[in-house]
Amino acid sequence: MDIPYTIEARPDTGLYNAKLGIWLFLASEVMLFGGLFSAYVLLRVGAPEGFWPHGWLSVTLGTVNTLLLALSAITTLLAWVACKVGEFRKFKFFHACTLLLALSFLCVKSYEYHDKWIHYEIHLKDGRIADGHLVEQNDQEVVLDGRIIDGNQEQLLYDLRAQKNIPDNEVRLERDNILKMENYGPRHNTFTAIYFTMTGLHALHIMGGCVVIGYLWGPGSRMWKTDRQRFTNRIEVSGLFWHFVDLVWIFLFPVLYLT
Amino acid sequence: MSESSATDLKSSVRRCGLVFLAVACTTAMMISASFSHIGGWPVKVAAILAVAVVNAFLVAGFLMHLLTEKKMIFTVLLFTVIFFAGLLGLTLWAMQDFPVGTTH
Repeated sequence: MDIPYTIEARPDTGLYNAKLGIWLFLASEVMLFGGLFSAYVLLRVGAPEGFWPHGWLSVTLGTVNTLLLALSAITTLLAWVACKVGEFRKFKFFHACTLLLALSFLCVKSYEYHDKWIHYEIHLKDGRIADGHLVEQNDQEVVLDGRIIDGNQEQLLYDLRAQKNIPDNEVRLERDNILKMENYGPRHNTFTAIYFTMTGLHALHIMGGCVVIGYLWGPGSRMWKTDRQRFTNRIEVSGLFWHFVDLVWIFLFPVLYLT
Repeated sequence: MSESSATDLKSSVRRCGLVFLAVACTTAMMISASFSHIGGWPVKVAAILAVAVVNAFLVAGFLMHLLTEKKMIFTVLLFTVIFFAGLLGLTLWAMQDFPVGTTH
């Protein structure tokens, strides 16, 4: 049995079914990310004055990721155009570029996550706070590349952008003096919680997109020989999803990295 | 490949190049607005988000072809905008409705 309207447009909607389907799906995705952006606004506005992080994330890496994703959105569109004009080899090239750019994005994101994972805030028994990246640790001591501040200066840890010229030093801490040791993982504070939730969900979308793009580039591309128009429509639909993922990042980048 | 399809591909590459350049420029504008010392925090955030909206328009309008889409898709998006506005509206409304003593 043939599935109707996979190629030709339905008379009542003016669209082939998959295209209407992907737009309905994207509408639901807007609500999903919209809920998280609302949560971010609520947390951001509810934070006490001076206690919302600035400069915790690398603007350079965020910019690189923005450009990588923008470029991948371009190559996925060009892959679709290549299909439209019957250039299968160019389609393969552009779709491979999309896949490589997406994987590069994920590599940069992993590096950023790792950076947060080895970044520790350590409260000492004498009231001081040590903050920095973990160099090594054993049963006797913990070594950080960072600094120590007084407990009443905790606010200094939040606005790193204003103090980027303060050099990091090697800080050696005896285990016996440590009261609490916690990395900058999701449970560290509300900022890291919402940061990991939003970017993690976005990264899952990137991974899902990679699976679809990889399939259409590899085994799925056999359809080019049997049903060229339907294959081209599949590329268009997957491209729309990919552009949506780019759109989400366009708002995540300024909201998390720049404001 | 026929001559006309080769031209199609070339013109698409050129158009996409321009869109990418525009996206790179808007990204640079957002970053410079973020590091500038003009205006207070609300002005800065408003400026950055305004540029982000322009950036999103470039992607949605040109790469997703929203500028030339069918009426049905705009109907779907209209409902999405209404529900999204409701979602943000409820959040903003809730911010005025905290019980006394539960906020900083």
